[in-house]
Amino acid sequence: MKLTERFKEGKFVITCEVGPPKGIEVEKIIDELEPLRSKIDAFNVTDLQSSVLRLGSLATCRLLKEKDFEPICQLTCRDRNRLSLQSDILSAAVLGIENLLCLTGDHPQLGDHPEAMPVFDLDSVQLLSAAKGLMNGKDMAGNDLEGQPPQFALGATVNPGAEPLEPQIIKMEKKIDAGAEFFQTQAVYEVDKFANFCEKVEHLKVPVMAGIVFLKSPGMARFMNANVAGVYVPDSIIDELTSAGKEKRVEKSLEISARLIRELKDLCQGIHIMALGWERHVAAVLEMAGL
Amino acid sequence: MLFTQNKPTEEVLESLGAESKIFLLACNGCAEVCETGGEKALSTIKAELEKAGKNLTGTALVDFLCNKVLVAARLAREMDKIEQAESILVLSCGVGVQAVAKVVDKVVHPAANTVSLGGLQGLWPADERCQACGDCALDYTGGICPITFCAKSLLNGPCGGAQDGKCEVDSEKDCGWQLIYERLEKIGRLENLKKFHKARDHSKMLPSRDLRETSFYDIETKT
Ligand code: SF4
Ligand code: SF4
Repeated sequence: MKLTERFKEGKFVITCEVGPPKGIEVEKIIDELEPLRSKIDAFNVTDLQSSVLRLGSLATCRLLKEKDFEPICQLTCRDRNRLSLQSDILSAAVLGIENLLCLTGDHPQLGDHPEAMPVFDLDSVQLLSAAKGLMNGKDMAGNDLEGQPPQFALGATVNPGAEPLEPQIIKMEKKIDAGAEFFQTQAVYEVDKFANFCEKVEHLKVPVMAGIVFLKSPGMARFMNANVAGVYVPDSIIDELTSAGKEKRVEKSLEISARLIRELKDLCQGIHIMALGWERHVAAVLEMAGL
Repeated sequence: MLFTQNKPTEEVLESLGAESKIFLLACNGCAEVCETGGEKALSTIKAELEKAGKNLTGTALVDFLCNKVLVAARLAREMDKIEQAESILVLSCGVGVQAVAKVVDKVVHPAANTVSLGGLQGLWPADERCQACGDCALDYTGGICPITFCAKSLLNGPCGGAQDGKCEVDSEKDCGWQLIYERLEKIGRLENLKKFHKARDHSKMLPSRDLRETSFYDIETKT
């Protein structure tokens, strides 16, 4: 089912990120998702996240589909030129995938194959526009597709904590014009700042899903502050985690996430959880957040 | 030598848009050889602009527009006329256009596409870079090259990975799109960011048959 249908139903939509394994052992991720079946609307399968070689998004999405989970296929511009990207979009349709999330992608320099050629033949706006074109029966060169064109719900990303924010919002508008129908955001820890962002994009009338990343330790929070663009974990949260001590840390961390979700819930149309290995805790957090 | 080819007149006029007061600046180096700069190109484009109803506040010819010191010194004499203009139309390679944008806070429009860097690279002593993409976008980015200054050569705005204005790839390097944003804000052209830039035509990077048949191209590439 297209994610856009869920928004139309007026549902508060919950998605969760799935990182394919570095290898071909897929049983583990499927097992971890099983308890989330009834709680999560769709699972975002990453496309070589952080430019680290892994199993592909398309194959993993198909696998989820076979197990009756709803996948969102992430597609980045890092590794493929426009021929390859358009072909993969068609392949996704044939494999029964109905949701595509179009991203620029990280630079290969950040991953485990820094020697790789950065492709970026298209950027995220052009990729959305290419996908939309295929949905209208035309490829990027203007040639007609044969038969029924593919249909997808197209998603995109935005970083509400970016500074300056203005170019992010302008790009968000361009993504909407190009075909984006829903947005997922970078991790959010500052509710006020996110509220300000929501106010600025309200007129765009497009569903926004706030990003939730579980903070596993105070060290991880500090690392994100130093290295992740547009993400700032306030000192108060870091202190809370620190003072919980080692034994209570997991519990505290989940409590913080649940609280954030409760506070963000009325500001946006859904949340996107990036559990980073803590998939087993997702159900508990949602429960604590009253979802 | 850098090889350049004139943008079609319609494209130049479209990029000038409603601006009516223009200062015309031509390079007398590599661009003169390619006939995209120099005296001859200057008078041709001058006539075309006048035909299109544009008002030229002045013209200038500089030996090597890629040399910022030379450009700054030469333009100092023309400052009155430049001030009166809404924008500068630059007849040179991408490096020349970038150098002009660095020394004057005016909207710059490239009149040519840089298609090949050939062997020797003009004077080019500074940090401006051109990858000879063949479809110069400097008018839209305020004279800062998105192909060379952005690690992903993005055309539709920042990737969102910049941290404190530095690129996600290298914390020592400025994010090209942050620079473009600041520059557009300074020259009052933020609306440029709203324009959808379609995907690059990579075939434009190949020097055309016309260009390949010039004797200069032969001298440059075959000797
Ligand atoms: S956009 Fe950049 S790479 Fe392309 S011609 Fe202009 S200066 Fe050169
Ligand atoms: S951080 Fe800036 S310069 Fe670096 S890839 Fe992203 S947009 Fe380009």
